[in-house]
Amino acid sequence: MQKDISTTAPSTTSGRIRHRKRSNEVIPEVGKANGTQLLVNDKSKYKSMLIRAYSSVWMIGGFVLIIYMGHLYITAMVVVIQIFMARELFNLLRRAHEDRQLPGFRLLNWHFFFTAMLFVYGRILSQRLVNTVTSDMVLYRLVSGLIKYHTVICYSLYISGFMWFILTLKKKMYKYQFGQYAWTHMILIVVFGQSSFTVASIFEGIFWFLLPATLIVINDIAAYFFGFFFGRTPLIKLSPKKTWEGFIGASVTTIISAFMLANIMGRSQWLTCPRKDLSTGWLHCDPGPLFKPESYPLPGWIPHWFAWKEISILPVQWHALCLGLFASIIAPFGGFFASGFKRAFKIKDFGDSIPGHGGITDRMDCQMVMAVFAYIYHQSFVVPESLSVEMILDQILINLTFDEQQALYWRLGEILQQGILGKS
Amino acid sequence: MRDIQTDSNSSSPKTPNVRLRRRSNEIPAEISKLNGNYLLVNDKYKYKSMWIRAYSSLWMLVSVSLIIYLGHLYIWAMVVVIQIFMASELFNLLRRANQDKRLPKFKFLNWHFFFTAMLFVYGRILSQQLVNTVTSDKFLYRFVSNLIKYQMVICYFLYIAGFVWFILSLKKRYYKYQFGQYAWTHMILIVVFTQSAFTVANIFEGIFWFIFPASLIAMNDVGAYFFGFYFGRTPLIKLSPKKTWEGFIGASVATMIAAFTFANFLGRFQWLTCPRKDLSTSWLQCDTDPIFKPEYIPLPGLLSHWLPWKEIAVLPVQWHALWMGLFASIIAPFGGFFASGFKRAFKIKDFGDSIPGHGGFTDRMDCQMVMAVFVYIYHQSFVVGQDYSVEMLLNQIMRNLGSEEQLALYTKLGKILQERRL
Repeated sequence: MQKDISTTAPSTTSGRIRHRKRSNEVIPEVGKANGTQLLVNDKSKYKSMLIRAYSSVWMIGGFVLIIYMGHLYITAMVVVIQIFMARELFNLLRRAHEDRQLPGFRLLNWHFFFTAMLFVYGRILSQRLVNTVTSDMVLYRLVSGLIKYHTVICYSLYISGFMWFILTLKKKMYKYQFGQYAWTHMILIVVFGQSSFTVASIFEGIFWFLLPATLIVINDIAAYFFGFFFGRTPLIKLSPKKTWEGFIGASVTTIISAFMLANIMGRSQWLTCPRKDLSTGWLHCDPGPLFKPESYPLPGWIPHWFAWKEISILPVQWHALCLGLFASIIAPFGGFFASGFKRAFKIKDFGDSIPGHGGITDRMDCQMVMAVFAYIYHQSFVVPESLSVEMILDQILINLTFDEQQALYWRLGEILQQGILGKS
Repeated sequence: MRDIQTDSNSSSPKTPNVRLRRRSNEIPAEISKLNGNYLLVNDKYKYKSMWIRAYSSLWMLVSVSLIIYLGHLYIWAMVVVIQIFMASELFNLLRRANQDKRLPKFKFLNWHFFFTAMLFVYGRILSQQLVNTVTSDKFLYRFVSNLIKYQMVICYFLYIAGFVWFILSLKKRYYKYQFGQYAWTHMILIVVFTQSAFTVANIFEGIFWFIFPASLIAMNDVGAYFFGFYFGRTPLIKLSPKKTWEGFIGASVATMIAAFTFANFLGRFQWLTCPRKDLSTSWLQCDTDPIFKPEYIPLPGLLSHWLPWKEIAVLPVQWHALWMGLFASIIAPFGGFFASGFKRAFKIKDFGDSIPGHGGFTDRMDCQMVMAVFVYIYHQSFVVGQDYSVEMLLNQIMRNLGSEEQLALYTKLGKILQERRL
């Protein structure tokens, strides 16, 4: 997201800057700068661009390394990012004065965080965990038992947090405490909603995590550069430095690069194969019809000019076009939402972990909207297309315990026999 | 459960203005003076308020029984109606009239999200039931199954449309108010729809799993009221000053005994215990689930001398009922404390005024909500059979594969299972 120029000084400013009383001073000055100067006219823009570029390079480098290392490490990275985001957001609306009078209250936030983590990752990873542990019988029983009662365990944890909350209500702080309770819930829902979809996408194949994330980054960078060089017409009052030229230029760039990136990424088995357990080894699989290239003969005049007679397109590239369209048109609204939120509560940034960019939530706001869309798109349009005997067989092997698989086998046998008898 | 103390002043129907911030300060001061000093035992007007409460309770009981008799679909409709009223009450609560005048279409946004949530929650539940009902007509079947397949996408796009609409309607000086309303809307919808989704899921597992917990909560409520009426001396919790330890403990014991016996009574009706697999409204016949089949336990020596029976018939479901009774008496009241605390925090007297003597719908439903979620989770974890996910996968196989493919799947699965056994 485009940040204002005044973030050039490394934001080692203490958390107080974002405290309600003082941040009012910072905002009017920035607001004046925002209101009247677009990025094109700003003199110190090259300096801020270098700082942003420096931290961007580091982020991209770290990211690529983790992609190389595999699914489990990516999941760990998502979890770490989540913890940082939750901490930034928990701290945001906390008021130091009231908090001193309510000692155990912060602990309650982290209790709910832990419960949410157990619930979300328990569901996604449960059967994969079982598939990993099949060697040792005792461990298998223990893990299967835990998974069977997973919902009850999480529910009990939640209810105990609920009761703890009610028992700690203090006479003159009711409103503050209910506000914090609601705020905690909203944060956890936002953070865990999108991260659960992200992790689910990762295990379907790193492609379905990497492509959407990359598209958001490309959209961001392209909007920045188009705005840098051509930006004239303001886009929306919420984010005064965004321009229509940046928006449209970035959209076109994103859609084209979606099409091409899907081709490049789709050729790597490491990225396209789903992971059925929690191992970290190399993956081999049958990629499925989506990733098998189809050749289209090019229309007459192109072979005269260029060397290619036909181009090979992976069917997934058409899906990538839809993803690119969403990333350029709708995902930016995640950024607008975050901007509006910051204006509403007079906050400058969500945090200051990343120089030049603000906090982790500032980086992740559009990613969150995109991750949810990518997962829903995948479940609705990609999976049913490739739903076949293989896919259902995989689902059976991934999602059911051994006893359940046998039960399914017997019942399927009965149904098929009845069908055959009925026909004859 | 509502605070019993607000009874004595709620005999006359209230106008909504009373709940506005400015004026409602007057009422709680007077009531809290009453609350602080008088328990229900000492209140002179208690008999009058008791009659008003009894009258509306009777009406509620009669209408609920009628709907139970009519069947699953009507119960579902009743849940939806209650939900709409609850959402209305809650949406109106923190709305501030003067700010709302400058933001014309903002009310519509709330109902847009409400509609989306309704489509999402009931779409998921319907998806299984509808497929069984509509298999007759080929075109309708394809249309309906397409709707179901893309249900998630449709709901998602409706939500995104609301999200985009919200952002485009942000007005310069109202940011904080609008974000507050947005968050409030989400919290309301989550609270209202989670519990109603679980309630409806319980209904289709068998009316027993809806009617039994609901009546436990009602019994606990009534029991606490009467024990407090006659014996209440020691205050229970600062949040609800008229609740007493005597009421609490008396009601807990009464609820658990009632749970054990009432489960026996309810479990003998097939109308209540059979699950409903489609959307028809006809009479139900099914194989009685083993937990509703009576087991005969011989009475120990002493009792069989005193009582004429040599053994008692216990349905296994009665042991589950004890756990539910325990939860209903110990933990579900916290839903009521939460609602009380919330009303104090925001200086509101009642959530609404639809039910005379009781307040609004949310006041009646606060403990029911906590109970409904518990019953669903309890049922899924401890009562339902092993083959739940097996059912779902079998449904998928039947729906999506042709017969040759099913056969191919069968043979492949057989081979893999054999390999695993060795």
